[in-house]
Amino acid sequence: MQQQEKASLDHLFRPASVSAKEPEKISRPPLTAFQDSFRRLRKNRAAIVSLIILILLGVLAIIGPWMTSYTYYDTDYSAVYKAPNADHWLGTDKFGRDQWARIWEGTRISLLIAVLAAVLDLVIGVAYGAISALVGGRVDNVMQRIVEIIIGIPSLIIIILLMMVMEPGIMTIMLAMVITGWVNMARLVRAQILKLKEQEYVLAARSLGASNTQIILKHLIPNTIGIIVINTMFTIPSAIFTEAFLSFIGLGLQEPMASLGVLIHDGYQAINTQYHLLLYPAIVIIAIMVTFNILGDGLRDALDPRMRK
Amino acid sequence: MKRYIGMRLVYLLITLFVITTATFFLMKQLPGTPFDEEKLNRLPVEERQLLYASYGLDQPVYVQYVRYLANVVQGDFGTSFTYKNMPVKDIIANRIGPSALIGLQAVVLGLSIGLILGIIAAYRHNSAWDYFTMFIAVLGVSVPNFVLAALLQYYVGLKWGLLPVAFWDSYENSILPSVALSVGVVAIIARFARNEMLEVLQQDYITTAKAKGLTNMAVVMRHAVRNSLIPVVTILGPIVVNLLTGSLVIENIFGVPGIGSLFVDSIKMNDYSTIMGITIFYSAFYVFIMLIVDMLYSVIDPRIRLASGGE
Repeated sequence: MQQQEKASLDHLFRPASVSAKEPEKISRPPLTAFQDSFRRLRKNRAAIVSLIILILLGVLAIIGPWMTSYTYYDTDYSAVYKAPNADHWLGTDKFGRDQWARIWEGTRISLLIAVLAAVLDLVIGVAYGAISALVGGRVDNVMQRIVEIIIGIPSLIIIILLMMVMEPGIMTIMLAMVITGWVNMARLVRAQILKLKEQEYVLAARSLGASNTQIILKHLIPNTIGIIVINTMFTIPSAIFTEAFLSFIGLGLQEPMASLGVLIHDGYQAINTQYHLLLYPAIVIIAIMVTFNILGDGLRDALDPRMRK
Repeated sequence: MKRYIGMRLVYLLITLFVITTATFFLMKQLPGTPFDEEKLNRLPVEERQLLYASYGLDQPVYVQYVRYLANVVQGDFGTSFTYKNMPVKDIIANRIGPSALIGLQAVVLGLSIGLILGIIAAYRHNSAWDYFTMFIAVLGVSVPNFVLAALLQYYVGLKWGLLPVAFWDSYENSILPSVALSVGVVAIIARFARNEMLEVLQQDYITTAKAKGLTNMAVVMRHAVRNSLIPVVTILGPIVVNLLTGSLVIENIFGVPGIGSLFVDSIKMNDYSTIMGITIFYSAFYVFIMLIVDMLYSVIDPRIRLASGGE
């Protein structure tokens, strides 16, 4: 009786089409490492606020000089050392030049130098240090001696010679920075990779047949990212101030060009009577530094796979 | 080990030779002469020739170079053009003292405060200490050191009258410049120490050490600090060289008779022998410090082999 009933019901069941792959299928599109990092960065409110402020500063650097009818180079001797007012929003300097226009013109140049310094550090410095450490032996030896020679030849002499060949100005300063700007990063990355390359996971990757490039890109640089980010954060202000120093000894920007470094230096000369000449460029530079730093820390945490939660 | 150091010393000499050669020929391309151009033009041609000849400047550059090199090998660095024929060796010897004292104090101060701040900041991650350290670190690099120096002069020197503002008469004069220089060092060292410590503290061997029942202090001091020193040592090398050989800005502001301003002046004045003397001195010091740093790597982390890959 029961047997009969079961047999009559059997035909109602059909085997489900089970493929072995079905349960393994990933239902959502996979995230690349970059997307993953970006998601983590987006959750970091301070970093996002910093990014917005930085973008704002960048936009002001582009449109700022055009927002006022004054230019950064027009002198007006009837209006020297004016305090901030409705006409000159941030006052005027010792030649009656509009400080608002000068600050954003200066921010333009300083940001340009900062970005160049950071890119140089990240491209040349990191690659140089990584290759030097990982290949090691004779290559490392030669590459490090080259670094020592680059440091050893006084950069001031090179800059003066560059000035003779090229016009003094922003291009010359940038070229001078190209020559030496990446050296510290190269040494730092090299030191870190010297330490990392003896670790077990590098040996494991190597025994799996990974190439040097793969090991550098997939294993060593991600583990060095903290140092890379921090050193970039230090390179940016030191590049901005190197430019100010060169202008200070008469080898940098020529009047009436301005950079934040030059403006701070000029403002410092008049600190007792016209403190606003120092105050506003200082606020801009400190805003750039602080936001770069917070964003850098956020990036560091976002890029570091060990910080994943 | 001995073989490695021997090899490095040989390389050190080669590097110095290349730097000397390159600097010499580049320097000769600089515009102008070491002499006052206006006065020079008033001299009759014969006297001008005599003047050049007396300094050997009438010879082709390569002859001058060979002569200079021969003198340097015998320990003679020539005489200065600007400082009344003083031997360059004496000038450097006179000027290095103040620069080295200020630099050394700044390094010691900056390193100790920076390390302490960085270690505590990492250990108490995201605490008030941590934020304070990061604040100092951002401030330390964002404020130009001449502004900091001026503030120190104004408050400590003038307003409170605690320390002398400028000049170089007694030990007290070295304190303010040292402090002004050390702030940047504190910022850099604290940042790198904090970052490395944060990573080291996540490692398994720290958990093991804690599991063994070591006190927090012992874990940090014995296991964590040592493993986080590599970047600190690397970045400290160039800092030591730059600070001990003088900072132009700080020396100018505090009126310190150091080597930083001497160097910039010598390049501006085409004082050939002084430029060469300081360059050789500076680069010898730099190359030597780099050797020390490379050797320290394998002391700090024995897994790093000195002549890695050389065999």
